[in-house]
Amino acid sequence: MLLIDCPCCGVSGEETEFAPGGEAHIVRFGPGSSDAEFSSYLFDRKNPRGVHFERWRHAFGCGKWFHMARSTQTLEVFGVYKADVTTPPQDILDRVEAAKAEGRVK
Amino acid sequence: MSQSHRLETGGVLVDRTRQIKFLFDGKSYSGHPGDTLASALLANGVKLVNRSYKYHRPRGVVSSGPEEPNALVNLGNAGTHEPNIRMTQIELHDGLDATSQNRFPSLEADVGVLNAAASRFYPAGFYYKTFIHPRHAWKYFWEPVIRRIAGLGKAPTHADSAQYEHTYAFCDVLIAGGGVAGLIAAKAAGEAGARVILAEQTERLGGRLLVDDDAEIDGKSARVWLEETIAALEAMDNVTIRLRTCCSAAYDHNYCLLYERSGDRGEAAQVRHRLWRVRTGRVIAATGMIERPIAFNYNDLPGVMLASAVRDYVKLWGVSPGEKTVVYTTNDDGYRTALALAEAGCTVRAILDSRREPDGPLVGAARALGLEIRPNTGIGKAKAKRNKLASIETVDFDNPEAPGTTIECDCVAMSNGWSPVVHLYSHSGGKAMWDEEAVMYRPDPANPPRGRDAEAMVHVAGGAHGALTTDAVVAQAAAVAAEVLAELGMGGTAAVPDVSATAETPTHPVWVTPSAGKAALGGKHFLDFQNDVTVADVALAAREGYESVEHAKRYTTLGMATDQGKLSNINGHAILGKTLGKTMAEVGTTTFRPPYTPISFGSIAGRETGNLFKPVRETALHGWHAARGGDWEPVGDWRRPYRYQQGSEDRDTSIHRECLRVRNTVGVLDASTLGKIIVKGPDAAKFLDMMYTNMMSTLKPGKCRYGLMNNENGFLMDDGVVVRLDEETFLCHTTSGGADNIHGWFEEWLQTEWFDLKVYTANVTEQFTQIAVAGPKARDLLNSLDSDIDFNALPFMSMAEGTLAGCPVRAFRISFTGELSFEFATPVSFGLALWEVLHAKAEELGGGTYGTEAQHILRAEKGFVVIGDETDGTVTAHDVGMGWAVSKKKEDFIGKRAMERSDLTRPDRKQLVGLMTEDPTEVLPDGAHGVEGGKAIGHVTSTYFSPTLKRSIAMALINGGQGRFGEVIEVSTAKNKTARAVICDPVFYDKKGERQDV
Ligand SMILES: [Zn+2]
Repeated sequence: MLLIDCPCCGVSGEETEFAPGGEAHIVRFGPGSSDAEFSSYLFDRKNPRGVHFERWRHAFGCGKWFHMARSTQTLEVFGVYKADVTTPPQDILDRVEAAKAEGRVK
Repeated sequence: MSQSHRLETGGVLVDRTRQIKFLFDGKSYSGHPGDTLASALLANGVKLVNRSYKYHRPRGVVSSGPEEPNALVNLGNAGTHEPNIRMTQIELHDGLDATSQNRFPSLEADVGVLNAAASRFYPAGFYYKTFIHPRHAWKYFWEPVIRRIAGLGKAPTHADSAQYEHTYAFCDVLIAGGGVAGLIAAKAAGEAGARVILAEQTERLGGRLLVDDDAEIDGKSARVWLEETIAALEAMDNVTIRLRTCCSAAYDHNYCLLYERSGDRGEAAQVRHRLWRVRTGRVIAATGMIERPIAFNYNDLPGVMLASAVRDYVKLWGVSPGEKTVVYTTNDDGYRTALALAEAGCTVRAILDSRREPDGPLVGAARALGLEIRPNTGIGKAKAKRNKLASIETVDFDNPEAPGTTIECDCVAMSNGWSPVVHLYSHSGGKAMWDEEAVMYRPDPANPPRGRDAEAMVHVAGGAHGALTTDAVVAQAAAVAAEVLAELGMGGTAAVPDVSATAETPTHPVWVTPSAGKAALGGKHFLDFQNDVTVADVALAAREGYESVEHAKRYTTLGMATDQGKLSNINGHAILGKTLGKTMAEVGTTTFRPPYTPISFGSIAGRETGNLFKPVRETALHGWHAARGGDWEPVGDWRRPYRYQQGSEDRDTSIHRECLRVRNTVGVLDASTLGKIIVKGPDAAKFLDMMYTNMMSTLKPGKCRYGLMNNENGFLMDDGVVVRLDEETFLCHTTSGGADNIHGWFEEWLQTEWFDLKVYTANVTEQFTQIAVAGPKARDLLNSLDSDIDFNALPFMSMAEGTLAGCPVRAFRISFTGELSFEFATPVSFGLALWEVLHAKAEELGGGTYGTEAQHILRAEKGFVVIGDETDGTVTAHDVGMGWAVSKKKEDFIGKRAMERSDLTRPDRKQLVGLMTEDPTEVLPDGAHGVEGGKAIGHVTSTYFSPTLKRSIAMALINGGQGRFGEVIEVSTAKNKTARAVICDPVFYDKKGERQDV
C-alpha cells in the first residue's frame, strides 16, 4: 500500500485515504476539435512500465486533487505537486532524470 | 497408551507438572503445557495424523513448524471451527478438539486409499487434462468424484463466534523473527534508540539456539546468552516484542502485516487474531531457514521426518518420534540429530551420508559415540507396516542397481541442507539468486525490494541470508543491523559478539535417490507431500513442455495450497532442471507471494463484519418509517421505505393503495436522500453551464429548472432540479446515491481544469430533511398549516423560503409524480417534527405515506426517466427524448463535443418509447428483449402494473423507436415465449401536464 504525501494539506496518508485519477496533464478538447483530437483526449492513455505522472485526490482527507510522479515498476515516488499546473515542476523532473541515470527506471 | 513416547528427561518447553486433556478424532489424550498438538500426539505414539490430498496415503508429522505440509487439522466446533491448521503451530490447551482431514470413514480405514491403486489415472496435469475432454466426463463423472475424495479441511458451517481486530503501528525497524539473528539486530537497534518491533511467530524467542546450543557467545553458553539478551530487550521501552506474531507480508512502501494469534489457546480471549498494519523505516528479515527433505521411494510414510524436527521433538518437548531411527543426511547438521537422539537414550540404527568422506567435529562426535556411519549411501526405498514406516532399504550411490541392506526402523530423520526463508524479501519485488557453493537461493543484494525513496526496504539477517553456522549468523546479523541504522541516521558502532561455533563441512545435496538405474523408475518419490506431487510428475511436466518453473508449478500443483512449497519448491526446481539439463540458476525460482503462512479470514475482516461491514445511512425519519411498516429498499448506502405495509397485506396491495392515494388525495414521501449540492461564487452560473446540458445561467433567482448532466462521452450520468437561490448561489439536486459522485465530479473540474473559476461547492445532502407533499389535496393540506408562504401564489417550478408549522423551510413547487406537488427542505433537526405534522394532516384529508415503489410507478405513468433505469451509461439525452434539455446556444458543455460524434447522431439508435401489451394484465419482465426477425431490437427499462390506468405499462429502449409509434412488436417473456406490445409515447397519463400545473 502506497504511502502518499498530500501537497495541499501536508498530511501523509495510506493509499486507501486517496483516490487515483489516471494520467495527468491531459489537454481537454471540446467543440471544434477534430475527431482524432477528441478521440485521443477521451481514450488515449499512457500505460508506462516506469515513470508516470498521475492525478490523485485526497478523497478522505482535504478533498483536493494533486499530481504525483511515480515509477509504476518500483513504486518509487519522485514527488507530489499541485493540480493547477500544466507541466511538472523542474525539481521533480530532475529527480526522474537522476533515477534514470542510476538505472532505476527506464 | 499414556504418553508412551515421552522421554524420561528433556523438553525445555514442557511443564511436566501439569497435564492437559485434549481430543483428537474424538479420542481423549493428555499432554503438557508447552506442547504443540503435534508434539503431544507424537508423545502419545500417534503417528498417522492425516490422509493425503490426492491419493489418500497415510501421512504423519514431517516438521515442527510453519512449513508442515501434512499435519493439518480441523480445529474446534461450530462457531469456533477452523480448517487446515498446522498441528505443529497449535499450542496445546485444555479443551482442544481437533479432527483429522480428508479421510472417510476414519484415518486407519480410509476408503479413498483405493484411489491410490488407480494413481496412474492421476498424472501431472490431471485436472487440466480432464477439463479438456471429453467435456461430459468432467461434468458428470470426474467433478463429482473429485469433490468427494479430494480437498483439504471442511469449510465452517456456523458464523464465527470469535472477535478479531486490526491495529496500526509505526516503527523505525521491524524485525521479523526472534532467533539469534533477530535478537542481535533488535538489541543493536534498541540500543541505538530506534523504535523497534520484534515479531516472532512462535511463543518463544531463541529460534534454533534453543535446540542447537553447541555454540558459545561472548564467552557464555548459548542458554545464558539468550536469557541475558532477552532480559535486556524486555527492559528497553523502545522495543516491542510480540510473540505468536508472524510477519506475514512486506508490501509496498514499507507496509507490513503482522498476524498475531493472540487468543488461540482456549482461554476466553477478547481477541482471537489481531492483524497489525505496520509502517516501518526498514524491515530486517531474520526469518531463518527451512530444512529440505530428500525424495526417495515412499518417503511420505508416517515416521519419515526432517532431521531438525526430530531433534526439536527430543530436545524441546522431550518426545521420541521413534524408537529406532535412521538418519539420512547430506551435511554435517544432520549429525546433530543423531547426537541428540543418542544423548536422549534413543537408538540410532545408522547414519547414511551422501558424501564420500564425511568429516568434521560433528561427524567425529558421532563416531566417538560408536554410531554407525555409512558414507556414499542413501535410502532407496521405505516400507510400511500398518500405515507406518517399518524399514528402509539402503542404496549405494556408486552401484544403485545392487541390492541394499534392509534396516528396521520406525523413524527416518532426513536432511538435505537448508533453504533461506527469502519470502519477505521477495514479496515486494526483491530477487533471489542461486548460490552454487552454498546450494541455496539467497537474497540478491543487487535487487532488493525498494521503498518510496528507492531505498532497500527489506534487509536480510542471519540464516535467511544464507548464514549456516551460529558464528556466521551473529556476524552477519550485526553487520546488517549496523547498515540499517546507518541508513536511518541512527548509526553507532554496536559491538559484534564473539562466537565460537562448531565448524561444519560442505553439504552434498541429493535431490532424488536412487538417482540412476532401474530403481529410480516408478514408485513414489514425493516432492510435495501436501499436493501429492512426485518426482515423476515434475519430470513428466517437463517432457510435456512445461519448462518454465511457473508453468510447471501450475501444471503439477507443486508448491501450491497452504504450505506454498516451503518444503518442496527447491527440490522440485532441481528435478525440473535435471530433466531439462539446466542449472538451478537457469531454472530460476517462483515468486513468493504474501502471506507467508495462511492467515484467518477473521483477521482480514477485523471488526468490519455485520453492521460494521458497510454502515447504513439513515435519514432523520428512518426510525419513524421502521415503526410503521417500512419495507426497506437499499438506495446507495441509504435505506428507503419501498412501501408501508398495513396488516398482512402483500406488496402489490400496499403499492397500489399508495399510488391511488397520491392520484386521488395527498401523499407524503421522505425525499431526504436526494443529493443537495450548493454551488456558490461569482462564476457559479458559468460553471453550471458547463456541467449541465441545459442553460443554467439564464435561470432567475427563486426559480427551478430540471437539469441533465453528461459525462465527457456524451452519455447521461445524473439529473435533478437546479434551484437558483440568489444571483451567485445555486442548489443542485442529484439522484439519491449520486450526491457524493456528483460533488466529486464538480470538484474535479473546478480543481483540475477550470481552476481559474471562482466557485465553491458544498455537499449538504445530510444537512436537510426533504419531504414531498403530492396529490390534488396538497394545497389544502398546506393551507391548513401555519406558514408565511402563500401556497396559492407560488408558481410551478418556483421556490420560496419561510416557515411551515414552525419549521424553517425552503419550499419547491416541483413534481416527480405528475400531481400538484411541493417539496420542503428543512434542517435535519426539524425533519421529524415537520414530517409528523405533514403526515397527520395528510391522514386527516384521507391521504398518508407513499414509498419509493409507488413513486416509481407514478413517475413511469408520466414517462419520467430514472437515471440508472432508463439509462445505462450508453444513453444520451436525445435517446430518451429529452433533446429539449440540451442547449443549442451554449458554445461548450461537458459532453457537447461527444454528442456530435457520428455514432451518437445515428437515427437508428435505441430510443425511449412506451410499450403497452395487447393483454393489459400481462406485465413484461424487467430487462426483457424486444425481438424482430429473431434479433434483439432493444430492451424493457421499466415495467409496472399501473393502478391509475388499470393496465400494464412499460418503458423500453428500442432501435429507432421514436419513429415507430403504433407498431406492434414481440417482447420475449420467457424461454420460447413472447408477448405482443404496441410501441407508444412513454407518457401514459396526463400528456398535457395539467394536473401538476394547477
Ligand atoms: Zn490533503
